[in-house]
Amino acid sequence: MDTIYAQASGRGKAGVAVIRLSGPRAWQAIAALCGRLPAPRQASVRLLKIEGEVLDEALVLCFEAGRSFTGEESGELHLHGAVATVAAVLKALGSLGFLRLAEPGEFTRRAMESGRLDLSQVEGLADLIEAETEAQRKQALAVLSGSVGRMVETWRSKLIRAAALMEACIDFADEDVPEDVTPEVRGLLGDVSGQLAQEMARISVTERIREGFEVAIVGRPNAGKSTLLNALAGREAAITSEVAGTTRDVIEVRMDLSGLAVTLLDTAGLRDTEDQIEAIGVARAIARAKQADLRVFLLDDGDIPLLEPIADDLIVRGKADLGGPGDLRVSGKTGEGIDALVSAITTRLSERAAGAGVMTRERHRDCLIRAEAALRASSVELAHGLERLDLAAEQCRTAVRALESLLGRVDVESLLDEIFSSFCIGK
Amino acid sequence: MKHFDVIVVGGGHAGTEAAHAAARMGANTALVTMRREAIGVMSCNPAIGGLGKGHLVREVDAMDGVMGKAADRAGIQFRLLNRRKGPAVQGPRTQADRKLYRLAIAELCAGQPRLEIVEGEVVDLLMDGVAISGVRLQDGSEISAAAVVMTTGTFLNGVIHIGDQRTAGGRVGDRPSVPLSHRLRELAPNVGRLKTGTPPRLDGKTINWDILEAQPGDDDPVMLSFLSQKPFVRQIACGITHTNESTHEVIRNNLQRSAMYGGHIEGVGPRYCPSIEDKVVRFADKTSHQVFLEPEGLDDDTVYPNGISTSLPSDVQEAYVRSIRGLEEVRILQPGYAIEYDFVDPRALTLTLELREQAGLFLAGQINGTTGYEEAAAQGLVAGLNAACKALGREPVTFSRTDSYIGVMIDDLVGRGVNEPYRMFTSRAEYRLFLRADNADQRLTPRGIELGCVGEERARAFACKSDAMDAGKAILDSIVLTPKQAVSLGLELNQDGVKRSAFQLLSFPQVTFGQLAGLFPELANIPAATAEQLSNEALYANYIARQQRDVEAMRRDENWEIPIDFDYGVLSGLSNELKLKFSAAAPRTLHQAGQVDGATPAALALILARLRQNKRAAQK
Repeated sequence: MDTIYAQASGRGKAGVAVIRLSGPRAWQAIAALCGRLPAPRQASVRLLKIEGEVLDEALVLCFEAGRSFTGEESGELHLHGAVATVAAVLKALGSLGFLRLAEPGEFTRRAMESGRLDLSQVEGLADLIEAETEAQRKQALAVLSGSVGRMVETWRSKLIRAAALMEACIDFADEDVPEDVTPEVRGLLGDVSGQLAQEMARISVTERIREGFEVAIVGRPNAGKSTLLNALAGREAAITSEVAGTTRDVIEVRMDLSGLAVTLLDTAGLRDTEDQIEAIGVARAIARAKQADLRVFLLDDGDIPLLEPIADDLIVRGKADLGGPGDLRVSGKTGEGIDALVSAITTRLSERAAGAGVMTRERHRDCLIRAEAALRASSVELAHGLERLDLAAEQCRTAVRALESLLGRVDVESLLDEIFSSFCIGK
Repeated sequence: MKHFDVIVVGGGHAGTEAAHAAARMGANTALVTMRREAIGVMSCNPAIGGLGKGHLVREVDAMDGVMGKAADRAGIQFRLLNRRKGPAVQGPRTQADRKLYRLAIAELCAGQPRLEIVEGEVVDLLMDGVAISGVRLQDGSEISAAAVVMTTGTFLNGVIHIGDQRTAGGRVGDRPSVPLSHRLRELAPNVGRLKTGTPPRLDGKTINWDILEAQPGDDDPVMLSFLSQKPFVRQIACGITHTNESTHEVIRNNLQRSAMYGGHIEGVGPRYCPSIEDKVVRFADKTSHQVFLEPEGLDDDTVYPNGISTSLPSDVQEAYVRSIRGLEEVRILQPGYAIEYDFVDPRALTLTLELREQAGLFLAGQINGTTGYEEAAAQGLVAGLNAACKALGREPVTFSRTDSYIGVMIDDLVGRGVNEPYRMFTSRAEYRLFLRADNADQRLTPRGIELGCVGEERARAFACKSDAMDAGKAILDSIVLTPKQAVSLGLELNQDGVKRSAFQLLSFPQVTFGQLAGLFPELANIPAATAEQLSNEALYANYIARQQRDVEAMRRDENWEIPIDFDYGVLSGLSNELKLKFSAAAPRTLHQAGQVDGATPAALALILARLRQNKRAAQK
């Protein structure tokens, strides 16, 4: 039986976050981070460290087998709730090498199998799991509908092609299939594993937490975007001047908004322009603003934005120091309304942090890591020739299975479809 | 009225295996067949085994079944397919002399106590209230039994097509079973149509063998049964030829006259065994297809041209066959034909192959939508064992995806159903590296011994093999080397500092048993067969250990059986959509529930909780 771990409390910023571990090596894992274990069922404060680096000061609880939620040896770490702290501890647990992230509902499942829950408890928990998996499904859909999705689609078809080539070579040995499929398979495996490695770096959750959410400030030239940015950041990051169109490149300022890492983007003013250089700046600003997690539209009365605001984007009236009516009015110059704006941004991003699910992204990365390792192993076996083709195929299957949570199920039927549509099988 | 424990209807590969298995289990068994001399007939190609299929034969053999033994006695050309690839994907295969095979099966049946052969056509099933109580024959006589196994192959509503000619028949020269088909349609909710085809049979005396490439058997033939050592009869070679542009031209010009393309056939044919018409249409860019010329017997001139099955009219068949090199003057003994037949949606069955809605009635073979002798035999084994258990009041016997290809096939059939004739492939097995032809006995024979379906001869042979394996493994484990020592002995190895036993070293591609035996004389005492088997195990040991978690999880889920009358409606917390999906799919186990489209972990948790609750209630 594996030892599993997962964040048991809700995602996003909270006062306290709880990570739960269960399985035969749960205590060993906790001891690896905190040193001496507290007595079972007695909470005790410990410093959590990995490779000498302090992760957090946490409340540690251990439960012996037979007297825990799952019925197995288990434990809980009560951490300070900052998203980055939780992510760091999760990563540390993963790096121990003998734990894996729990599947949704797996703790409950284990509890049930050891007879620790009654039906009404299960039903209550199932609702929670359902909500969690629903969030993950949405997350997966979001990932799959974007550019990553197109990439994943490509990987999927390439891996199925590679697996089908190998399987055709194995299962239809004495029929009309191309004898040497190795070069094509090698190309496909190398291709996908290279792209996986690249993508892994990109969607890494830790980077996401460290780099934070992107908030773009958009508006017409000279609307006061740069001034607002400076006021928010508290330093002169963007050049501010009275001449419209000063900011031609996208300027980034990283800051901490109530515990959330945020990168503010100051974009070129959006307007139709004859100036070629400025037009490039505008195009870049539009593209970048679209990619951002949130947009703050800084408008003067009567302005119609060039970019359409979506969902919970913020619209504020600028240059409050010059007077005029409005709901959310700010002035970069006087600082008026800045606090209200900050709290509006924070509210929206916190909601996102809770919904997006750190865990989901960590899980994605986990899948990519396993898939990439399996593809590398597959290439190694492939290099040994036909004699180890079954092992290469096995590793390729492992890779496909690992990607399943990103791809949806790939089963043997789709493999056979590929084989039958590509080769003339049947003597 | 005659009384038996088990009645098996049909004397094909499923039927003989079912009847033999039931009798081995101690049930008094009647095998009812239309013609006694048709028992063990190979209706299609004269070969047994192959990839995935050879695995099934070995598994049937490990349970002391008849197919492997009969194939070895009749084998006239043994080839181990995928010999150059890993042992997990190697499949033993033999060309079988039709007559010898039939005789071997007849002899094995005759020698089996408690097995009686009854000649006659079953026209109806007898019922005692809701339970099956026997069968009625065409002459009006009745036979009673507690369990009935139907293995009627392509005989249910069989229709033979040659061009636009249709004839009712279960096989060329044999009439179909129509009354039984009507009865089955009453009992089984979903009956569909499938089709399969055969090529024309050729007169070997009219083939110009001299200009054709010959394909001989292996130099060191590998037998299908664990009990055979070497071939029983003279070995022969097959011929190889190819279709060409003018063959394809003839076919293309006459497509409308093909039963398939002329719209005469409603049944679905297998993608992997396409007719030559299919090949020409679907792979229009290929200018040539391989044809194997397989002699049907040692004293039989009939040749089976494997690769050109067809439903074109006879005159077109003759034209295209004669366009093929070496067949210019050939005489067709019997035209090829397509056959359509009824099959039962296997999702109506339990894992024991009993109809869920009709206790005591078991189905095995092509009637369940499969193709192939080996698939049929394996189902026959399962149905026969379980019919005997039912009649004798014993616990049912089921197989798992984690222990056998038999388990993979049954789970596929019962869990997913079929939309084309189902054939075994090694790629269907998740645990292919473990489910090998070479260890089928290690996987299944102990279970067979426990069940009582394995005879003394096999039990003894298995004990010998196991002892030799244990002794050999102990020697391999006792030799431990550091990478430095290994390299100093001439083995190529990374200097990773990890000590490894000789057994572990065998998993490296560059280390062979022969090499190690040269270095350590104590290894030379291990018999060659044992050494080979141990090398296979060493090769996959790491992979198999890693898969253990998946295997355990799957077994755990397979062990949670979901009762037929399980009510998804009462599971609050399950969406209506999922309730409908689960009810429609009616999964048999928790594992199958997980395969249902849209199944979520939360839904499985709910089902599991209810199963546990029911179990607790039942215990009280």
